[in-house]
Order: sequence, then structure tokens, then C-alpha cells
Amino acid sequence: MSGEVSLGIPEMPAPDYPADVRARLENDAREVIARYPGSRSALLPLLHLVQSEEGYVTRTVIRFCAEVLDLTTAEVTAVATFYTMYRRKPSGEYQVGVCTNTLCAVMGGDAIFEELQQHLGIGNDETTADGKVTLEHIECNAACDFAPVVMVNWEFFDNQTPESAKAMVDDLIAGREVRPTRGAPLCGYRQTARILAGFPDEREGAVEAGGGAGPASLAGLKLHRGEVAAARVVPPRAEPAGTDVTEEDGE
Amino acid sequence: MTVEPAEKLLAPVLSAFWDDPRSWTLDTYRRHEGYQALTKALAMAPDDVIAYVKDSGLRGRGGAGFPTGMKWQFIPQGDGKPHYLVVNADESEPGTCKDIPLLFANPHSLIEGIVIACWAIRSNHAFIYLRGETVPVLRRLHEAVREAYAAGYLGKNIKGSGFDLELTVHAGAGAYICGEETALLDSLEGRRGQPRLRPPFPAVEGLYACPTVVNNVESIASVPAIIHRGKEWFRSMGSEKSPGFTLYSLSGHVARPGQYEGPLGITLRQLLEMGGGMRPGHRLKFWTPGGSSTPMFTDEHLDVPLDYEGVGAAGSMLGTKALQCFDETTCVVRAVTRWTEFYAHESCGKCTPCREGTYWLVQLMRDIEAGKGHHEDLDKLYDIADNVNGKSFCALGDGAAAPIFSSLKYFRAEYEEHIDGRGCPFDPARSTAWADKSRTEVNA
Repeated sequence: MSGEVSLGIPEMPAPDYPADVRARLENDAREVIARYPGSRSALLPLLHLVQSEEGYVTRTVIRFCAEVLDLTTAEVTAVATFYTMYRRKPSGEYQVGVCTNTLCAVMGGDAIFEELQQHLGIGNDETTADGKVTLEHIECNAACDFAPVVMVNWEFFDNQTPESAKAMVDDLIAGREVRPTRGAPLCGYRQTARILAGFPDEREGAVEAGGGAGPASLAGLKLHRGEVAAARVVPPRAEPAGTDVTEEDGE
Repeated sequence: MTVEPAEKLLAPVLSAFWDDPRSWTLDTYRRHEGYQALTKALAMAPDDVIAYVKDSGLRGRGGAGFPTGMKWQFIPQGDGKPHYLVVNADESEPGTCKDIPLLFANPHSLIEGIVIACWAIRSNHAFIYLRGETVPVLRRLHEAVREAYAAGYLGKNIKGSGFDLELTVHAGAGAYICGEETALLDSLEGRRGQPRLRPPFPAVEGLYACPTVVNNVESIASVPAIIHRGKEWFRSMGSEKSPGFTLYSLSGHVARPGQYEGPLGITLRQLLEMGGGMRPGHRLKFWTPGGSSTPMFTDEHLDVPLDYEGVGAAGSMLGTKALQCFDETTCVVRAVTRWTEFYAHESCGKCTPCREGTYWLVQLMRDIEAGKGHHEDLDKLYDIADNVNGKSFCALGDGAAAPIFSSLKYFRAEYEEHIDGRGCPFDPARSTAWADKSRTEVNA
């Protein structure tokens, strides 16, 4: 971390958790392991669980998982480095992920990501100095009908613009309450990690929060019911009428 | 002249009560005839349930279109080994956005389908492998499973049948490759998500080397409706070989993006007609029928029936029915470059053609997009894609090649324009969702 030349070889052995933390985590780990016919299946949820402790995968984490599952630290490291949701370094309380896969990128995700970098003064996979926000670009998050999409601690912020995204990160940094478009009020990254480990969100009203399906999810249903008029197809600009491929509604 | 408005073609089944307040709860599901199919199924012999689903003609909704009942039938019976059902809820194919809203709004349809499927294949432990990046859905699944246990639809002696079933919800950790069924199984066993050599197929040696069925969310969630309303009803929709209803996901530069549930075989023209077409003032340029791994189509393909045979005959695949529509403001080279970067990022590294090929494809695509490409690069691009396609360990490699082949086929001139013009002729600002609105309007 200082000016020393790092060879990337960690000191062995990794430090253990304080006894009380270890006892608590072992208790949780037993519950996770009991869900599976084979104990090794608990590794992914356990890596989520331990991220709720220090916020990222430390050497202590690797050692702990290896010990409770009777694996080698190499086996645990191999898994922890394969999946993008496991963090390799300390990160912010809020992970802001901008979808820049093709569809969201084209619909404005690239512009949102660019403007957020400038606004926050950080690049991809970097954290603001106050430790609040880690910014990154993410892959398709299965909400393309709400594009462009931004995820914060893996909650959906649909139909974003550069302005809405900047206002949202400002709120996160200022500590104001931020509500996703669909889903529960934001909790910190560590609390999210615990849900990912399979421990239900126990906050009052968390399951109900955000209500039902989003507007795009209901597009077909509402049309079918006649609750919205079928939209009129508009001929394209600078195209002679009749050549539009979407316009032949009366053929 | 016409006749019936296009929206009358829609047939919401799984999405039929998504607008109900608290649609995700057990109460709401039961009010909409939920868990009645289970009662019916538990009164049938397991083999009869398999035969019934097979006769219905239900085919996998995760992309490959394999007959669901046949997959169940492959599970050896009386082998003395535990059997497993693993539901693939790792929805990550670019453009695909059907399972996540389904699980958010109606998780019990999946749980009921799971219990029926497990009864049929004699499994006492099922898993839902949900991609980890969708916490709101995970919350609802946790709650739905809790409700189902409390109501006796899961656990010991389900509804007095003597049948026991445990259901575990498992969150993944961010890896597209885990949507590939054998990589998913390795991941569920706590390993790096890398595909397995087949045979043996999962039906023989799947999870923990035991017979395993891996099915997509929508496939399993469709089972209760088939059992409850009957296979004849199911077969009254769609075609002989592609029967039934399905979720089409319309996204991109369309006037009204969203989920449209209807019979298989509907066309994009019909979907666009009811959805108001492309965004005002623009026209369709290219689209994917089922995610980025399915070769792209153009406005020539608006009347292709969107079922397994129709899309296949037109040179692509139905895939996940993720209809990503791009208008004339979109640079196809940019779109394909981004998809190619995605495949390179998500390549698991196990096999050489995919690991190395996707890397080189990205280098070439980036150069071409930036105006630094040469004409020979187009042949090189094709050649590398050809060395990845069909020569990789799993379908990810084929998926990486698909946008390249298809875009070169339909838009080679646009690639050449980037090369000859030493840059991209498109303005990305015109493609954004807010391009045709003033900034103040967006802010309002």
C-alpha cells in the first residue's frame, strides 16, 4: 500500500477473524451448508456472506471459507476470482453499475457512464474519496425494456438519464434516502451481500416495497385488456410515406 | 382490409395478473387458480405427468427449444440415486428480460411448476439458480418459498401425498456462462462456472453426478397452466411444432417497449403494430429475434413467424424471444463491437477457440469502429469468427460469432464505410432514449 514494491505475494498465513466474529460467521455458515446435499455448494453463498463482513474478499475470507468447507485456499481463490460479484479490493458502500451492454449503451448508457465519471471524478471500478460510491459499468441486467438501466447495490433504477443518475449519486453521497424504481429502499452493500447469501431481508416491508411489475412489464397486458389505446404508428421522418416497415397497419 | 386489431392476438397467461396489487403473494396466486394444477398432478402417476407435458408440446423457453417433457423422460427411474431439478434463472443473455419480471411479479407460478416437475421426475430436492445481480427478485423468491413451505406446498408430505420436496434458492455471483446448463451445475457445486464435456448429459450425470433436469424459468412456470387448462388448450395456440404461449420482450427504439405474452408464431410486425411501431419518426434497421447470440435480422424479416421453425428457416434462432430493435440512428459496427466485448469478457477461458478468438475479434472490431481498420480485416474477422463458431466447447462461442456473421451479411457496406471514411459516420447522441426530446423536457 505504501511505496514498497509489491510482488503480489501475500504474507502467510492470512490473519483470522476475531473470535467473536468467527463464531458468528461459523454459525451462519452452518446454516448455509445445511441447505445443500454437498457442502462445497455453499461456497458461492459463503463468499457473498463474508463480503457482508469486510465488504470484499480478503485473505481472511479465503482462509475462512477454505477451513469451513475443507477446501484449499487455492480452490477458494479460483472460485472467488471467477465471478464478478466478488470484490477484490475495498469498495464503496454503494455500488453504482451502469449497463453498457449494447442495447442500454445505445439507448444512453454510454452517455450516463461518461457523465457519471466526470461528475464523480472517478473512473471505472474506482471509489469516491469518501468511500460512498464505487462506479462501474456492468453487463446486461435483464431489464432491457427499461433501458437505459443503472443498478445500485443490485437494485433497479429504470429509464435513467445522465441528469437522473447524477442526482441519484448526489443523494447517495449526501446520505439522503434513495429509492429504486423497482425494489426496496436501498441498504448498504454489506446488508445486500447477506441477502445474496440466502438470508432473507428482514426489514419491515422490504418484500412489498416498490410494488408490482414495472410499467414496461405490463405493456402487453394493458393493451390486451384495452386499458391503453393501441398506439398510432407514425411514419418516419425524411422517408416517403408507404416505405416505412412499421407503418403498414392498414394493409 | 383488416380485421382484428393486432393486440387481440395477445394471450396473457403467466402475466395475466401482474397488475394485481401484491401480485407476487400466495393469496393472489391462489385467487387466480394457483396451485390447482398441483392437486391435479399429484393425483396422476408421475409417468403420466411426464407424458402429459410431452404431449402438450412444450419446448424449452431458455433458447434451445428442447421438448420439456422429453428432458424429463430422460431421467432414469428406479436407479436408486437422488434426482434433482435445477431451474435456470441466470437470465443474462443480452436483450433477455422475461424471467426477471416474471419472478418479480409471479414467483408462485414457478414454484408450483417446480413441485409438479419434481413429482414427475421423482426428485426430492430442487434448486433455483438465480443470477445474483437482481436482489429485488431474490427477496420475492425468498418470501414466496417461505409462503409455499408454510402452506404445505413444499416440505414433507406435500398436501397429504406422501411426496417430500426441499427447494433451495441459490444466488449466483455474476457470470454469463453460468446460464449454460453444465456450467451452471459446476457453479452450483461451488466451482468456477465452466461447461462440462457431454456426454454424459445432465439427465444421467448432472448435479453431484446424479440425474438432473435443468429447465428455464419460463418453461417450468408454464407447466401449471398446461396441467390446469389442458394440453388441448395449450395446443390451440401456436403451431403444431411450436405450440403454446410465450413471453416476447420488446426493447430498444420502439414506441412501447415491454413484455408481450402471446401465442408462438406472432411476427415482429404484429408486435410493433400493437406497440405503436418504432419511436416516432424512425424506422427499424436491425433486430435480434432472441438475444445477441441469435443472428440479427433486418426490416426484411418483419413477417417471420416468431417460433422455433419460422426463425430457424429464416437463418436465426428463436432464442429467448428478446426482440432488441435498433433504428436507423444506430451504428451496427458499434453494436457488434459491444456485444463482442461482452463475449470476450464472459468467455470462461476453458477452450482455446473461444478464449483466444473472442479476444482477437474485439481487437479487430475496435479498430474498425475507430476507423483504423483495413479491408482485409473484414475477411480476417469472418475467418476468426468461423474458427470460433462450432469449434468451441459450448454455445458461448457460437453466440460470439453470430452477430459478426449476420452483421457482415446484411451490413458489410457499413463496415466498409468505417474503413474508407476512417471513422464512424454515426452520432451516438441521436440514438439515445432522450435524443428527440429537449433536455429540459427530460429533466421535468
